[in-house]
Amino acid sequence: MWARPSQLLERGIIGMNRRNIRYIGRYNDRRLYPLVDDKLQTKLLAERYGITTPALISTVTTQFGIKQLQKMVAGHEGFVIKPAKGSGGKGILVIDRIDGDGFIKPSGVRLELKDLERHVSNILSGLYSLGGTPDVAMIEALINFDEHLSEYTYEGVPDIRVIIFQGYPVMAMMRLSTAASDGKANLHQGAVGVGLDIASGTAVRGVQFDRPRREHPDTGHELASLLIPDWQNLLELAAGCFEMTGLGYLGTDMVIDRNRGPMLLELNARPGLAIQMANGEGLRSRLDLIEKQPAGLGVAERVAFAQLHFARCGELKNMAPRPQPLAAPLSSA
Amino acid sequence: MSRLPFYLIVGLLMVVGIGMSVHRHVQFEVPWTQGEQRTIWEVEAIIDFTALGDPVRVDLALPQHQRGYRLLTENTASPGYGLSFLQDETGRRAQWSIREAAGSQQLYYSARLLVTEDRRQRELPVPPLREVIWERPYDTAAAQVIERAWTRSADPYTFARELIHDFSEDRQGENARLLLTQFDRSTLLVRLLNQAGVPAREASGLLLEDGRRRQTLTPWIQVFAGEDNWSIFNPTTGQQGQPENLLLWESGGRAVLEVQGGTNSRVTFSMLSRNQPAAAAVRSQLADDTLLNFSIHSLPLEEQALFQTILLIPIGALVVVFLRIMVGIKTSGTFMPVLIALAFIQTTLPTGLIGFLLIVAVGLVIRNYLSYLNLLLVARVSAVIITVIAIISIFSVLSYRVGLNAGLTITFFPMIILAWTIERMSILWEEEGPKEVLIQGGGSLVTAVLAYLAMNNPWIRHITFNFLGVQLIIMSLILLLGNYTGYRLLELRRFKPVTED
Repeated sequence: MWARPSQLLERGIIGMNRRNIRYIGRYNDRRLYPLVDDKLQTKLLAERYGITTPALISTVTTQFGIKQLQKMVAGHEGFVIKPAKGSGGKGILVIDRIDGDGFIKPSGVRLELKDLERHVSNILSGLYSLGGTPDVAMIEALINFDEHLSEYTYEGVPDIRVIIFQGYPVMAMMRLSTAASDGKANLHQGAVGVGLDIASGTAVRGVQFDRPRREHPDTGHELASLLIPDWQNLLELAAGCFEMTGLGYLGTDMVIDRNRGPMLLELNARPGLAIQMANGEGLRSRLDLIEKQPAGLGVAERVAFAQLHFARCGELKNMAPRPQPLAAPLSSA
Repeated sequence: MSRLPFYLIVGLLMVVGIGMSVHRHVQFEVPWTQGEQRTIWEVEAIIDFTALGDPVRVDLALPQHQRGYRLLTENTASPGYGLSFLQDETGRRAQWSIREAAGSQQLYYSARLLVTEDRRQRELPVPPLREVIWERPYDTAAAQVIERAWTRSADPYTFARELIHDFSEDRQGENARLLLTQFDRSTLLVRLLNQAGVPAREASGLLLEDGRRRQTLTPWIQVFAGEDNWSIFNPTTGQQGQPENLLLWESGGRAVLEVQGGTNSRVTFSMLSRNQPAAAAVRSQLADDTLLNFSIHSLPLEEQALFQTILLIPIGALVVVFLRIMVGIKTSGTFMPVLIALAFIQTTLPTGLIGFLLIVAVGLVIRNYLSYLNLLLVARVSAVIITVIAIISIFSVLSYRVGLNAGLTITFFPMIILAWTIERMSILWEEEGPKEVLIQGGGSLVTAVLAYLAMNNPWIRHITFNFLGVQLIIMSLILLLGNYTGYRLLELRRFKPVTED
């Protein structure tokens, strides 16, 4: 039931207090937080740095602007409404498709225009923002995620969290939504976390509710065969967020679009520690190694360093045949 | 970046905090615990005299802080008289004056004295030796008495003891009897001591006995063996040392009472002892507020009551900081539990808990309905506040009708806290489901209850109110906790699966 502190220390597990003081406090300048806390700012910044993000359909900034909502989304198949200053995935409303007057969520629940309007109104009032400050609602195009990955998830879009420390990709995991997590990719709500090998983008280990898991609970698909397409590109995009924001300890949430490849969904200046559970390994030794590296290396060099030093054999691999690499997704579109 | 300045600050806060607290304990005898009882003596001096119709001036010696006794308050009653207090190196005196007075006069002075543990002897300047001149044949008698005591003594104290013994009833010799016809006992003893080169003087003391009236001061002798080394002697028994119940009223070698323009003057004393909680006794001290003695007891009573509560908030904050950093309990809002705990202090715990749960539960149901009305957030929160007021009113009236006065106290809950709790909980319910509401709501309540238990502890209330230095200690503890990079208690459980393979 309880681990001894020495056991956790031995495995290099980082706790909240250490993360807050030793990494976030030391490497993340508070001045830079608005860059990641405001998703609109992040998006504009990413455009300047040539980092792909989901297309922005429109923004709603005033209560009377809500009247334009229907016009804004017309013609789009699916879209996502999210608060610019939301945190932890709060206030994100995903509409899969528009069906006449109704808006269908991925779960099949049908919403009416007034439900959407109320949601936007709540966002503008600051219901989901940190400290309750007035906010802006962003409407983004829905991500057409890679079909190869759809077998591993239930309803929601699976995203890939990469921890970037001093610009080096340190650890990665994929978050797969489940029926238990209600289509959300939050691990504590029951999403499946799959640790990913930094070198190859293959699955290392799977957990749900902190217990090891070999297959997706809803689709029944084996996690061992998971291989993220375009992995190298994804790592370089994620690592580039260090230059973009200046934040030393960063959680990047990436998605893979069928047509546009890896994209940056959002950034997090206070990434959680569940990634250690998904990888079955503590962050400590990797972070210590990077702290010893000289500063000023380019993105490609940093990614190569991480791939060389953090490569791992999957625990799931011995049970399933090694999957064939997929065709490059960009050409298959 | 060096952590040295941080540890210096923490160490400094800790040392200053402990120092201030210990200083208050030692210097002002503020007790560490609340239950201690202290004895307080109320002594009243009545001055009687007959005025002659001329200007009158009355001069009375007053007691001071001294070994075993601390002066708390003093009062006078003297209709028509002008009054001033004088302080010089021989002691404090009260001076009454009037242009014209005739007939029997009465003046009152009363003092409250706290019996203290302070047994340190006050330093007194050594009085100068006085020139002693005797007429014949007393000079030979005095010389012989001194000679006899001198040979049988070693130092000023033993000399004084031997001298007094020679004047005691059973050993009284010819010489002693002869000398006693000339002076009264204590004056005579001081003269003889001075003649032998031993500094000494008379002092007037009051033997405290509960419920006694019309007492007079008794004479005592102070014998000095050197700088700040003196002792009290009983002039009749020769006993050395100050009795526990002896209050030195005048020890400057002056008259206790001087009356100009009156005759038949005398001063009598009545006294009464009372037991009082130590904390109350401390509160009524004559506070000479310096920065070191900085205390909130100098504020008006109403502000004191307010501060008593405010000074508890750091205790609650310490509990929250500990539970979040060391244990890892999740709460909704960082310091909301402290505010809920403050409300519990007003309502008592069971009423507060039941009231809180009832109001939040009913509020959640109503908030749920309000969310269907498609209102703007600000309007909705305001509506929730009004609903909370309505719920509180209904509960109060209902419980009063049923005969439960406890229900009335739930009005002490801060409206905004309740409204926001309801709002946050309902959002949490929608976003994360009822489980998360239970975790965060439960965590908040557990934290609030623990903070309440800490804040409502009589001993902690006593300490925080009476020792402001404790605030600095709490500050340093919180800073230390903020520096903790180890695992939280609940993380040992969370990360357990990682250690299993």
